[in-house]
Amino acid sequence: MSQSNRIAGGQIDRSQTFRFTFDGQAYAGHPGDTLASALLANGVRLMGRSFKYHRPRGPISAGSEEPNALVQLRSGARQEPNTRATVAELFDGLEATSQNAWPSLKFDAMAINDKLNTFFTAGFYYKTFMWPAAFWEKVYEPIIRRAAGLGALTKAEDPDEYDKGFAHCDLLVIGAGPAGLMAALTAGRAGARVILADEDFRMGGRLNAETFEIGAMAGADWAAGIVAELAALPNVRLMNRTTIVGAFDHGIYGAVERVSDHLAVPAAGKPRQTLWRIYSRRAILAGGATERPIAFENNDRPGVMLAGALRAYANRWGVAAGDRVAVFTNNDDGLRTARDLQAKGVNVAAVIDSRQGGDLLPGIRHLQGAQVVDSAGRLGLASVTVRLANGRTDTIACTALGVSGGWNPNVNITSHHRSRPEWREEIAAFVPGAGGPANLAAAGAAGGDLSTHGALASGQAQALAALESLGISAKASDLPQAEDAPIAISPLWFVHEGKGRAWIDPQNDVTVKDVKLAHKENFTSVEHLKRYTTLGMATDQGKTGNVLGLAVMAELTGQSIPATGTTIYRPPYTPVAMGTLAGRSRGKEFKPFRLTPSHKWASEQGAVFVEVGNWLRTQWVPKLGETTWRESVDREVLATRKSVGICDVTTLGKIDIQGTDAGAFLDRVYCNTFSTLAVGKCRYGLMLREDGMVFDDGTTARMGQNEFVMTTTTANAVTVFRHLEYCRQCLWPDMDVQLISTTEAWAQYSVAGPNARKLLQKLVDQDISDAAFPYMGAGNITIQGQRGRLFRISFSGELAYEIAVPTRYGDALIRKLVEAGKEFDAVVYGTEALGVMRIEKGHVAGGELNGQSTALNMGLGKMVSKKKDAIGMVLSSREGMNQPGGYRLVGVKPVDPKGSISAGSHFMEIGAPVELASDGGWLTAKVYSPHLGCDIALGYLKAGDQKIGRKMRAVNFLTKTDTEVEIVSPHFFDPEGERLRG
Amino acid sequence: MIINHPILGPRDAQEFVYLGDANLINRPDGMSAGIEAFHDYLYNRDNPAGEHRELWYHEQGDRSWLVVTRNTVTHEITKVELARDVARAGGRSK
Repeated sequence: MSQSNRIAGGQIDRSQTFRFTFDGQAYAGHPGDTLASALLANGVRLMGRSFKYHRPRGPISAGSEEPNALVQLRSGARQEPNTRATVAELFDGLEATSQNAWPSLKFDAMAINDKLNTFFTAGFYYKTFMWPAAFWEKVYEPIIRRAAGLGALTKAEDPDEYDKGFAHCDLLVIGAGPAGLMAALTAGRAGARVILADEDFRMGGRLNAETFEIGAMAGADWAAGIVAELAALPNVRLMNRTTIVGAFDHGIYGAVERVSDHLAVPAAGKPRQTLWRIYSRRAILAGGATERPIAFENNDRPGVMLAGALRAYANRWGVAAGDRVAVFTNNDDGLRTARDLQAKGVNVAAVIDSRQGGDLLPGIRHLQGAQVVDSAGRLGLASVTVRLANGRTDTIACTALGVSGGWNPNVNITSHHRSRPEWREEIAAFVPGAGGPANLAAAGAAGGDLSTHGALASGQAQALAALESLGISAKASDLPQAEDAPIAISPLWFVHEGKGRAWIDPQNDVTVKDVKLAHKENFTSVEHLKRYTTLGMATDQGKTGNVLGLAVMAELTGQSIPATGTTIYRPPYTPVAMGTLAGRSRGKEFKPFRLTPSHKWASEQGAVFVEVGNWLRTQWVPKLGETTWRESVDREVLATRKSVGICDVTTLGKIDIQGTDAGAFLDRVYCNTFSTLAVGKCRYGLMLREDGMVFDDGTTARMGQNEFVMTTTTANAVTVFRHLEYCRQCLWPDMDVQLISTTEAWAQYSVAGPNARKLLQKLVDQDISDAAFPYMGAGNITIQGQRGRLFRISFSGELAYEIAVPTRYGDALIRKLVEAGKEFDAVVYGTEALGVMRIEKGHVAGGELNGQSTALNMGLGKMVSKKKDAIGMVLSSREGMNQPGGYRLVGVKPVDPKGSISAGSHFMEIGAPVELASDGGWLTAKVYSPHLGCDIALGYLKAGDQKIGRKMRAVNFLTKTDTEVEIVSPHFFDPEGERLRG
Repeated sequence: MIINHPILGPRDAQEFVYLGDANLINRPDGMSAGIEAFHDYLYNRDNPAGEHRELWYHEQGDRSWLVVTRNTVTHEITKVELARDVARAGGRSK
């Protein structure tokens, strides 16, 4: 087949030929073609199968409203399902395949659904698959999923990139038809910053599809001239292949630019698509209108299409959709199709005009007062049956039928803020209603001005109004002469004759019968109608079918269309790929890692890393010969407790707090007191939420009279800082206190173990003996002349320090510490060993700081001072949070030292039934203690403080463990704290 | 949404973190108010369909806490103030 349906004219480049395939068959087309126009040119009408009944389908439109011609493009990792052939721009080598058909598009086994249509009526999901409930997941859903559905996803990763873009303008013009071009021209000439966006690859809108003249030239040429003038204006940005998908708050519009969809592979460095966020001061919707069909029996055969589409294929693409065409219309616009095709030498079999009277079209069989009542043809239209005005029927052979039921303004975007469209009787269509997005006005067909002159005039008028409101002076120019025909429509929604199915929403297979059934079963409101029948819920969002469906319902209920109302539209205007929404935030870029200053060094040592929030931290550092992580962790713990260990603690949040009220401020945000802290000392602080639950903990040091350094947990660094700013600005605005986050400014290492001091004294210039730098001391130091900070604090229970240097010296310091530690057999330990040592000491951390625990639960109740006001002080005294039998932090050991316990286990009394009523609390964290030679754990146990020494069971259904345990003090190791004061 | 920051001018809402009702500024004094007053302060909120004063934090910006007067139905923002100014105007100090 070689472009047998190609006729003269059109805006395609015949000097160049593109080769492409559809279901493996090779075809030819030209630059400027869409996949649909090229297939039609090659005589291919059958392009898909419908969702539910698997009916053979061809394109009904020539635009983004297309419900039928959904195909799969490309292959391999670039395979893309559910693409509308009517907007897929042809390129050389394009591979397209049909979908939702098996084994082939021409013989689809699932077309059996069509024979079972009485079973698949409206609400069939609700009625059929109700019982038995167990069948839903196992039987019904898999069957439905297999039978219904559209294209298939490739499981391969998309090789293309997607970008995010940000643009600003005075005026955004949505749509580049006559109204949009005129609006952009008016604003562009006035010097305003203009963005003109159009979903098509060729700007001009309907002017490209019509034979109208503007001034003395063809409409398409006039459009090309205006586009050229706009392109030359530096203040105008033209964005073709760009769909405005949504109107968001405050003049922000979302747009998808298909940068490379028209190419086999994106050019180097170019994204496939870009998701734009356009910030506009004013916007004009000039998105045109969409034609709607008239429903009649078997109106879904390939070859039956919208009259305006039939005309567009002929005028823009030089394609006769059939060798013998007919038109079925209820308005004058449909007559244009017959005239245009006749002028192009296409055989026009008849015009079936539902209206009586008026002028007859010359040279065409113009049947007035007639209706198409049925169609015939296997896999495509062969003839239509017409009920003539005199009551007789006639069968008219034709391979294409253009149907025009009138035009619906594309009001979609005006509904994105829930404005309801209003009915305008003279054009028998909905137009934008009041209360749409602020600073958005509609022009041209989108606003109900359906003539070309009306479009030019309203485009200019709306642009002038927008400019005036922005204080930009502009002047009206003389409008060129253009077509200004009245719409002349006599509404006809569906043909009443016939017992068969007449399609309203072809993608979801919703027919007039389904609407009648919904009416019979009292689902008469538009919102119920939509959900019961799935009308308009397919990927095309009912652009062609919605108004038709509710008009049928209006007729059935005897109400007017405005009284029946309409559903409204949500973003996106057309489907948006997930990859486009994700942009570059995928894989490694979805959540970038933060790396500590010792990361490079640790990588060199073969450290194993763990994600902690956004950070990567050393989890343990395996040594040669170690085969399990436990070997490494046990070694790190024992070596630290025996001599000295080094750990990167940079990830802890660090906040500098300065000002004359800094101490008083800390008293308000910590439940314990800090204003009394001596300069050069640190203190453990517990921070509560206002509801009395523990928010965070950490150590805060007083570096000077008005200068503190706070540390937070790694996880809460951001939220604590936010909270402190809130306290400072909102609660106590006159406190003299300033905050700055220094988390990333300081590299900080913990040096812990009996030899910690000896090691550090080799590097620190000052005397750090116990007398000069006692337990909980803090101060500024120098390390071989370089400034740093030293804190004598311990999380491990050992004699320990945290030493900090500016981040850029962090790598140097870890290397120096390790070097200096060699004589002490120093180890570097990771988060696992850190966890072991903190649990041996009974310090709370992530598992205990769970947002549901009070200071009392943690055994820290005495820290909550009642002598001063602090966040959470009042509500932590609530009765329910202070019950004697409440949860208390306890230590747990297995009775048999070889016994294994698992975190998350629940405490049960021995002998009690294992059920919720016996639940005594849970294990929050568990480790193996190499020091004690057994598993140890922390947990919250009801009345735990009174149960020390008791034996209980630790039961875990997930790990299927049930271990007899002994409740002990949470301080497993050196309970008197002698080591850390050493 | 765009929030017209009193110091920095119009900024995209993506730069901000939302907290909630601006009434959170009116924290009772813990030394004199009791549990009832704090309970009311912390948990009882109006949920208006219409004008709402709420706290936003410019986390990806200058760290200002703002009181934004926003219509919860239309998202129209009619007023943006520094929370510190609002707190002071309400008599808060140290």
